[in-house]
Amino acid sequence: MSFGATHLLGIETLSPAEIVSLLDLSESYVNLNRRDVKHSEALAGLTQINMFFEASTRTQASFELAGKRLGADVMNLTMQASSIRKGETLIDTAMTLNAMHPDLLVMRHPNSGAVNLLAEKVNCAVVNAGDGRHEHPTQALLDALTIRRAKGRLHRLRIAICGDIAHSRVARSNILLLGKMENRVRLIGPPTLMPSGVADWGVEVFSDMRAGLEGADVVMMLRLQKERMDGAFIPSEREYYHRFGLDAAKLAMAAPDAIVMHPGPMNRGVEIDGTLADDINRSVIQDQVEMGVAVRMAAMDLLARNLRAARQRDGVMV
Amino acid sequence: MTATVFRDAQRVDPVAATVTRGDLAVVDGAIAEARAIDLADAEIIDCAGKFLAPGIVDIGCKVSEPGERHKESFRSAGRAAAAGGVTTIVTRPDTQPAIDTPEVLEFVTRRANEDAPVHVLPIAALTKARAGREMVEIGFLKDAGAVAFSDCDAVVADNKVFSRCLTYAKSLEALVVAHPQDPVLSAGAAATSGKFAALKGLPAVSPVAERMGLDRDLALVEMTGARYHADQLTTARALARLERAKASGLDVTAGISIHHLTLNELDVGDYRTFFKVKPPLRSEEDRIACVEAVASGLIDVISSMHTPQDEESKRLPFEEAASGAVALETVLPAALRLYHAGQLDLPTLFRALSTNPAARLGLKAGRLAPGAPADLILFDPDAPFVLDRFTLRSKSKNTPFDGARLQGRVLGTWVDGRRVFGGEDA
Repeated sequence: MSFGATHLLGIETLSPAEIVSLLDLSESYVNLNRRDVKHSEALAGLTQINMFFEASTRTQASFELAGKRLGADVMNLTMQASSIRKGETLIDTAMTLNAMHPDLLVMRHPNSGAVNLLAEKVNCAVVNAGDGRHEHPTQALLDALTIRRAKGRLHRLRIAICGDIAHSRVARSNILLLGKMENRVRLIGPPTLMPSGVADWGVEVFSDMRAGLEGADVVMMLRLQKERMDGAFIPSEREYYHRFGLDAAKLAMAAPDAIVMHPGPMNRGVEIDGTLADDINRSVIQDQVEMGVAVRMAAMDLLARNLRAARQRDGVMV
Repeated sequence: MTATVFRDAQRVDPVAATVTRGDLAVVDGAIAEARAIDLADAEIIDCAGKFLAPGIVDIGCKVSEPGERHKESFRSAGRAAAAGGVTTIVTRPDTQPAIDTPEVLEFVTRRANEDAPVHVLPIAALTKARAGREMVEIGFLKDAGAVAFSDCDAVVADNKVFSRCLTYAKSLEALVVAHPQDPVLSAGAAATSGKFAALKGLPAVSPVAERMGLDRDLALVEMTGARYHADQLTTARALARLERAKASGLDVTAGISIHHLTLNELDVGDYRTFFKVKPPLRSEEDRIACVEAVASGLIDVISSMHTPQDEESKRLPFEEAASGAVALETVLPAALRLYHAGQLDLPTLFRALSTNPAARLGLKAGRLAPGAPADLILFDPDAPFVLDRFTLRSKSKNTPFDGARLQGRVLGTWVDGRRVFGGEDA
């Protein structure tokens, strides 16, 4: 097993070998999760705290389920409601929780880099569940696992990522991961939703969706936030759907066996046609959700192994 | 009469653009002709071949009085300045409250004179509370000692207000210091747009915003004929505009912070908030263009842009962390990086650190010529050290150079011929 990291803060610092190790372990958890008794003792006795400074249903549920299936004691904290209102800083909150001896801290935060800051201050394993516009590593890993299972490989694929790239941490983590695994990545979207400097990322950039989708093996749609519509970044929802919404006609440009992905939650009729999203021959959106639990189990399992090894090395009681 | 002779120094003369070995005489706090001295009565300071230069005149240094004395006081800033070779600090008015009335200015001046061992000259706000709506009492404030007027990083966005301020300031020959930046484009930005900011997911501003801000300012300067100094020009695009404005005869000068000359956007690395400054650090191409502009004289002034911040305001996610870095004690060793890299010679460096800022403010300092005040520093440009931020004299320790290998030690600092740093306690 070649996974040496203390924290999972982003894809940027993972090596291809580490990514493969993690995906391989995830496969075994996919099998576990399909059994009647979905339980392992990998995290038995450990405490996992989920700190979400941004509203989340699916990611938080996925992490909670992952922890519980591995036997951890899981606590969910919804941070908007509590100390932030009282003016406590992120570091103070972190130190307070740290004093309760958690073993895994899962955090989502609206500021890029906030999870890195937390990781410097606590002595447990930290998992980034999304920080600002920076990274969302477990999403990229679950996407990778979904692609590998559907396509039989995770290299030399033409992968189109479409939509609001500029504000998307999912896009950043995916671009990094897919690049590391030697795929050809294309970004498709209106220029107002493309990050500046994107030309230097080693990707191809398209503002014509049909051209961008041509021959693609994987079509990854991104969610368009409501607040970005209505004239701020794009003229209107209907113009966006016309130019960048995925429908059968545009998908016909992609490879005949191309799969369709979406990190959810979907805006049907904005970035993706509803019928297409439900087409079990093309859409792997439900698989992504399933892989999400398995990948998070694998990530926390590996981090916990490294944590225990480090504590043993340092002579801390375990 | 008190006389001092600095013996056997490498004299850095930014006006003559020379470094010559010899003596320098000081009589009653001013530089004198060597032959005017009766050596028998004079105090002799043996410089042993080290470098003697005019003290640094630092335009745009923040001392956090009034309002945030826990971040920096006149006493701590003054000690830091003396140790850093800064003999004149020109303070910013972005305090709490802003220095926008003669009464606040008098308070500041009194505090400064009591506590700081170096010269302190205040810049006053340009508009009340730096809110960009009503101009301050420019006349009264000038009489009370304000050397320039500036709203600092709060850009006066209203063109009508700014043009009236410039017109009124022109009638009093007052210098207006502005922060050239388009305030709408740069709102909320923590980095310069480009590959690095995008990968790190940081809200970013295009470097074009600086050029747009400068374009606006220069148009109004052309209209009003005001005396104008851009506090920091940090991008190649803006420099082209500055060059044209100077060529057309406008009374315009520009500065740059030491951080924009010696660091680039990549130094932020893993969200290191001590590298968060305003405007944000730029690309390496822009940094090199700025170094060349200092060498050619297009950029007139190097400033510390000393901005003390306490630990709490920096121990936050990058977007939310406060901007600014302390630099009074690092401005010289950081600037000497450019000297050691062969990019700027010592007379050029001190032209930008001492001579030009003094001349822009109408001061006699910044020169080694007879008659100039004996504001001097003796330094060893080669002495290496590793900076430990907790050794800084500033109350705030937010330096991006913590742990950095630097070269250049100040051995002694004199203000009006009086030693304020060095000797026994150096």
